[in-house]
Amino acid sequence: MTERDIVIIGAGPAGLAAAVAAYQAGVRDILLIERDVEAGGILNQCIHNGFGLHRFGEELTGPEYAARYIDMLGDTSIELKLGATVVSIEDKVVSAVSEANGFEQFRAKAIILAMGCRERNRGPIFLPGARGRGVYTAGAAQRYLNIDGYLVGKRVVILGSGDIGLIMARRMTLEGAHVLAVAEIMPYTNGLSRNVVQCLEDFDIPLYLSHTVTNVLGNGNVEGVVISEVDENRRPIPDTEKYFECDALLLSVGLVPENELSRQAGVALDRRTNGAIVGEDMQTSISGIFACGNVLHVHDLVDYVSAESERAGRNAAQYVLSGGRDSNEERCYIYNGENVSYTVPQSLTVQNIEKSVDIFFRVRQKFRVCEIIVEAEGEKLASFKREFLAPAEMQKITMPRVLLDRAEGKNITVSVVERSDIQ
Amino acid sequence: MYDVTIIGGGVCGAAVAMYLSKYDIKCCLLEKENDVALGTAKANSGIIHAGYDPEPDTLMARLNVRGVDLTEEICRNTGVPYRKVGSTVIAFDAKDEEHLVKLYDRGVENGVRGMELWDKQTLLSREPNLSPDVVGALYAPSAAVVNPWRLCLAMCETAAENGVEFYLDSEVTAIEKYAGTFKITAGGRQFDTRYIVNAAGLYADKVAELVGAKDFEIFASKGQYYLLDTTSNWLVNTVVFQCPTEKGKGVLVAPTAEGNIIVGPNAEKNNERDDVSTTREGLEFVANEAARTTKMIDYRENIRSFAGLRATSDKKDFIIGESELCRHFINVAGIKSPGLSSAAAIGEYVVEVIEDCGLIMSEKEEWRWAKAPIWFARLSNEEKAELCNKNRKYGNIVCRCNMVTEGEILDALNTHIKPRTLDGIKRRTGSGMGRCQGGFCGSKVHEIICKYYGIPAEKVLWDKQDTYIVAGKVGENE
Repeated sequence: MTERDIVIIGAGPAGLAAAVAAYQAGVRDILLIERDVEAGGILNQCIHNGFGLHRFGEELTGPEYAARYIDMLGDTSIELKLGATVVSIEDKVVSAVSEANGFEQFRAKAIILAMGCRERNRGPIFLPGARGRGVYTAGAAQRYLNIDGYLVGKRVVILGSGDIGLIMARRMTLEGAHVLAVAEIMPYTNGLSRNVVQCLEDFDIPLYLSHTVTNVLGNGNVEGVVISEVDENRRPIPDTEKYFECDALLLSVGLVPENELSRQAGVALDRRTNGAIVGEDMQTSISGIFACGNVLHVHDLVDYVSAESERAGRNAAQYVLSGGRDSNEERCYIYNGENVSYTVPQSLTVQNIEKSVDIFFRVRQKFRVCEIIVEAEGEKLASFKREFLAPAEMQKITMPRVLLDRAEGKNITVSVVERSDIQ
Repeated sequence: MYDVTIIGGGVCGAAVAMYLSKYDIKCCLLEKENDVALGTAKANSGIIHAGYDPEPDTLMARLNVRGVDLTEEICRNTGVPYRKVGSTVIAFDAKDEEHLVKLYDRGVENGVRGMELWDKQTLLSREPNLSPDVVGALYAPSAAVVNPWRLCLAMCETAAENGVEFYLDSEVTAIEKYAGTFKITAGGRQFDTRYIVNAAGLYADKVAELVGAKDFEIFASKGQYYLLDTTSNWLVNTVVFQCPTEKGKGVLVAPTAEGNIIVGPNAEKNNERDDVSTTREGLEFVANEAARTTKMIDYRENIRSFAGLRATSDKKDFIIGESELCRHFINVAGIKSPGLSSAAAIGEYVVEVIEDCGLIMSEKEEWRWAKAPIWFARLSNEEKAELCNKNRKYGNIVCRCNMVTEGEILDALNTHIKPRTLDGIKRRTGSGMGRCQGGFCGSKVHEIICKYYGIPAEKVLWDKQDTYIVAGKVGENE
């Protein structure tokens, strides 16, 4: 067993940014563990552009964005261990196995969880029908196409309008496949507006909102799918069936943070984000274990992942350099008020906030004009006017320390209300 | 000339093959699919019933109770995931409680050991997450959960290890009777044999018809299930049944041998013999029935819904024995529940049947179990370290959800009955069976198969014949 200052699990965009920030904050002994054969995580299969507008002020492809961070590791002392999978975290001892080194253990002063997320498959959405070959998650199909060079189907229907599904609609079309339809059970899309325009509308791919797949046909191989319109309770409406003959159905029905290691380590999780409960310093319920990126909550843009992970890296460094400060004491909690489905962070230690803190959240429905209200047990602390909010796009408010002080340690609630009266 | 040819590589065919492999006879098994355990064996509840359900003095009763012990022995020796968790049949009212007493008495008559009748308090102390409406239960400690396809595979591997020949992709299309023997046409080959064991499951009546001995009929009865993530493993400790009705044993909530939770099945009669699709109605029915047992099932934890087909027949009991219409043609048919529980005992019994028909056999001096596969995820840290030092392929984790290593996948490829498909690897190693359902490891396992067999990616199958995983190479599309 070797002793390490910071062990970071996952060298995708989150782990890379956290490592670089921790190094810049003064920690020299950093181990970055990655199960894949190269760093970059899911960015490596995202060969489309649109990454980095916020972070680098230019449009990069996924591999280019990853390369920026991998290059930053260049002359640091950060150790990147590839092809190694962490199998357990117990009392801040990280156990990993790899083909190169077999079984290894590291005792860490601080751990940063940056394992990312996985795609929801057909199980949790109760997709009915035949179970033959031809149902793939959009990301798995993307890997086959962009990494291995194979199409999983030539006539394709996509269920769910998450960003990966939209991107794959365009990508498969460009490679000669016929994308027949994108069905989305909600009355609005789940992906970014720019992806709806650039990936569906520009290619005349029909988008069926308030529709879901109600049957998959074909014995052995998928031969077709039936989609139906759904009512406001998301139940299929009889006699609205449309049949599409196809050989593949791609699922883009949500991402789930991969917190099996966190759970095993005893980190408290939030049922709404499926990620850890963290403070403004990204520290979890266990002192010295931090979390960032898609393992914490699913982000829309990698730029935001980087920013959040840099925060986690800096705070983990501070934790190590200050000999282990537990932020779990004297925390106040942020509750989800009306129309807010979750916030990150979920708690604050106000005295540790210098000037201000960013609170990220998602809304439950679409809003044209609305007011975001922050209150402490009934007392209004701040309000923000915003336009065009949608569940698919993460929102951010910046709360100044002076306003948080007014809460006097009380728990805080964030809510959103429609304001058609203001322009 | 074979002494015995077994038709069908499900649990029954596998068990017959394994017990026959103890004798010095020439034996083969014909399977129509590209792997064994592809029918009923791979999609059922995975329960070894204690044996209080069948009517006394039936084959079902005798073979079920005997099967409990034999299955445990097989699993212990070949590393099949198996846990003796016990079962509870729960009662909701006085009428149910009466039924429990009836089951208890029947169990005693059938030779089931250790049963207890529990009151509400005892039941809820052992199963705290059940509905508060329960009033009592029949507990049977000898019931177990098993991975059913791994049980089938382990018996096949053991049979192969001891000389039974396996022919896959060999659907039996004709059987000719010739001078007291049979000439079987299967998969383009001829097999001459003195005895036939018809263990063709859902197609047993069709095979019997080939020799003009169809005196029973098989009906496919579909059952649908939910399989929940291992994170739901706190839900129940035992296999929890509701009181059986005339329709069947009802919906159960049970742990699986690997630590998941299984919920199901329903029963849909007169189903097509190859239709294993799930339906919204079927799964809703299962969820509603299961809600009587416990209100605490979180279906967001569902990682897979599936359906299996049971081979029911027009007879009450199992159909096992030499056909009255064809000499030396032995049926093992209509093996409905408790078929999995009885399978091992069926294998043992069929040896007797064949001997009674006149085949002279003597036990081999040497016979051995198939080697238990390595289960990396279940090893201690020290054992993991030691294994990785011996062979670094065990350090490469391919399936992250179930922690399956490349070493285990290569071991699976180096068995007697070689898997050639993604699902074949999955059934042997558990790769792709976890919460992401192969989303991450699918393409990696695909690559390992290509490398092992030296075939291009386009040639790899997902499961059955013609289920090619990829539809074409980029740039080749019109």
